[in-house]
Amino acid sequence: MSIRERMSGNEAVAYAIKQINPDVMPAFPITPSTEIPQMVSTFIANGEIDTEFIPVESEHSSMSATMGASAAGARALTATSSCGLAYMWELLYVAASDRLPLVLALVNRALTGPININCDHSDSMGARDAGWIQIYAENNQEAYDNFIQSFRISEHPDVMLPFMACQDGFITSHAVENIELIETDKVKAFVGEYNPENYLLNADMPMAVGPYATSPFYMETKMNQRLAMKNAKKVILDVAAEFEKISGRKYGFFEEYRLDDAEIAIVIMGSAAGTTKDAIDALRAKGIKAGLLKIRVFRPFPGEEIAEALKNVKAVAVLDRAESFSACGGPVGSEVKAAMFDAGVNVKAVNYFYGIGGRDYTVESATEVFEDLMKIADGSMEPENFKYVGLRK
Amino acid sequence: MKKNIEIRWHGRGGQGAKTAALLLADVAFSTGMHVQGFPEYGPERMGAPITAYNRIGSEPIRVHSNIYNPDYVVVVDETLLHSVDVTKGLSKDGAIVINTTKSKDEIIPLLNGYEGGVYIIDARKVSMATLGKYFPNSPMLASIVKVSGIMDEKVFLSQMEESYKHKFAKKPEVIEGNMNALRMALSEVK
Repeated sequence: MSIRERMSGNEAVAYAIKQINPDVMPAFPITPSTEIPQMVSTFIANGEIDTEFIPVESEHSSMSATMGASAAGARALTATSSCGLAYMWELLYVAASDRLPLVLALVNRALTGPININCDHSDSMGARDAGWIQIYAENNQEAYDNFIQSFRISEHPDVMLPFMACQDGFITSHAVENIELIETDKVKAFVGEYNPENYLLNADMPMAVGPYATSPFYMETKMNQRLAMKNAKKVILDVAAEFEKISGRKYGFFEEYRLDDAEIAIVIMGSAAGTTKDAIDALRAKGIKAGLLKIRVFRPFPGEEIAEALKNVKAVAVLDRAESFSACGGPVGSEVKAAMFDAGVNVKAVNYFYGIGGRDYTVESATEVFEDLMKIADGSMEPENFKYVGLRK
Repeated sequence: MKKNIEIRWHGRGGQGAKTAALLLADVAFSTGMHVQGFPEYGPERMGAPITAYNRIGSEPIRVHSNIYNPDYVVVVDETLLHSVDVTKGLSKDGAIVINTTKSKDEIIPLLNGYEGGVYIIDARKVSMATLGKYFPNSPMLASIVKVSGIMDEKVFLSQMEESYKHKFAKKPEVIEGNMNALRMALSEVK
C-alpha cells in the first residue's frame, strides 16, 4: 500500500533521496532548490541516512565534487537552480563526456538579467545541448517519481549519462500538495545497488577519467554520447514500465491528455500542464475538441513519437517557458516543429512564450491560446510566430 | 460534484500568513481532502505585504496558478486595507475575515464596496490572552475554518491538537495555549 502524504516538491525530492540513501551529496545553496540539501543534511544529522554530505563554496565545486565521487565509483548527486546551474556550465559537458551517471535535482528558475528568483526554464534549456538526460515534472508527485527512476536510467550500462530531474521553482517546489509515497523497502529494491563496471578506486583495473582527446578521437566521443542518448529512450520506457508495477503510475516520453480525437492541441512542459488540463475540460464541456501533449522527456528528444501523436490535429501551439533569442522561436517550439517536418506532418503550428520569470500562467491563459488555435484551425486567422501569453498590455 | 474552495491570505512578512496557509492545508489533508497550500514568492522581507493561497476540497487539484477569484480572503494585518485591494476578485457568495480591533461598521467602508460576508476577529486579543505573545496565525486559522465551514469544528480541534503535539514535541508547554487560542477564536470571530 502506498503512503498518503502531503508535501512540497522540494520535500518530495528530499524524501526520495532519503529513501535511496546515495553515497555522496556535495551542494551549495541557491533559491529555490536550497531546501533539498538542507533537508538531506538534516536526515544525515539525525542518523537516518549515511550519505556523505560535502558543503562546498560554489556550484562549480559542487558539480566537480559530484563528478569526482561518481568517477570514484559512488552514487552521487547534487541540487541547484538558475545561476547555480550556469556556474556549473563547463562541468556539465565534462560530466556527460566522462559518462558519469550522476543525478542533479534541478529546481527551474529564471537566469539573471534582470535578477529574478521565480520559475522559467531558461536554466535547463540553456543546458539542453550539454549531453544530459532531462526529465520534467508537472507536480510534486512526478518530481518524486522521476527522481526514483533517475539513477536506474542514468546508471544503465547502455546509457551512463548524467541526469537532470527538473521541477518548476516555487510553483511545485514550494507548494504543499497531496502525494502518494512508495514504501522505502520497495524504493530500495527498485533502485538497487550501484555496481559500476569501471571506477577510479578499482586498483585492479586502473583507468583515466577526463583525459585530453585529440582531433582524431574527440568526434568519436561525441558520437558515442549520441548513441548513449539514443539508447536512453528504450531504457527510460523500460524503467517506467517497471516503476508502474510498484507505483501503479504510468510514465512515458510524454503524456497525452484528451489528445486522441483533439482538433487543437497545446504542447507544454512542467506545472503549466495541469492548468492546461483544467482549461481543456472546460472547453470540452462546450464541445470544443482541445487536447494536450505534455513533454516529460526533453533529452533524449522523442521527436518521432511527438510528431506521430500530433499528426491528426488541425492546429498546435507549442508553449515555451524560455527564450532562445533566435528570433524564430523557442527551444521546445523549434524542436517540435522540426520533428513534425521530418515526419512529414503538415499541421499548422505556432510557438508561444509564457511564464517567463514566473509570470503566472492561468486557466484563462491556456483558454486564450486555444481560442487562437480554433481560429487558425478554421482558417480565419493566420498562424503568427511567435506570440506571448500573459504579456502586459 | 462540489467545487473546491479557494482561499487567499494577505499578511505581512514575518506574521505567519504562509505558515497559516500551510497549516490549513495540513489540517484539511488530515481529514482526507485534496489540498494545495503555497505562497506567492518575490523579494520578501519582514513587514512587506505577502500573499499565500489554499485550494481545498474533494477534487484532485491540477491547476498551478495563483488565485484571482477566491471564495474567501483572510487579512492577517488590517493596515493592509489601505495599500492592498484585498477584496479584488473575491466572490460575493464568499466572505472576508479580518484581524482588527475595529467594529464591522468601521471596517466595511474600507472594503471597496464588497457585498459578501464580512467577519472580524481581534487576533491580538486572543493571542495575548492565550499565549501571552502576539502570534496571529492560530486565531486566523480557526477563524477561516469557522467562516468557511470547511470542516467540522470538533474534527478541526482534534486534528490541530495532533498536529501541535507533533510540531511542538520539544515544547509541549505551548500546546495548551495554542489550543486555547483556536477555541477562543472559534467563539470570538463574528
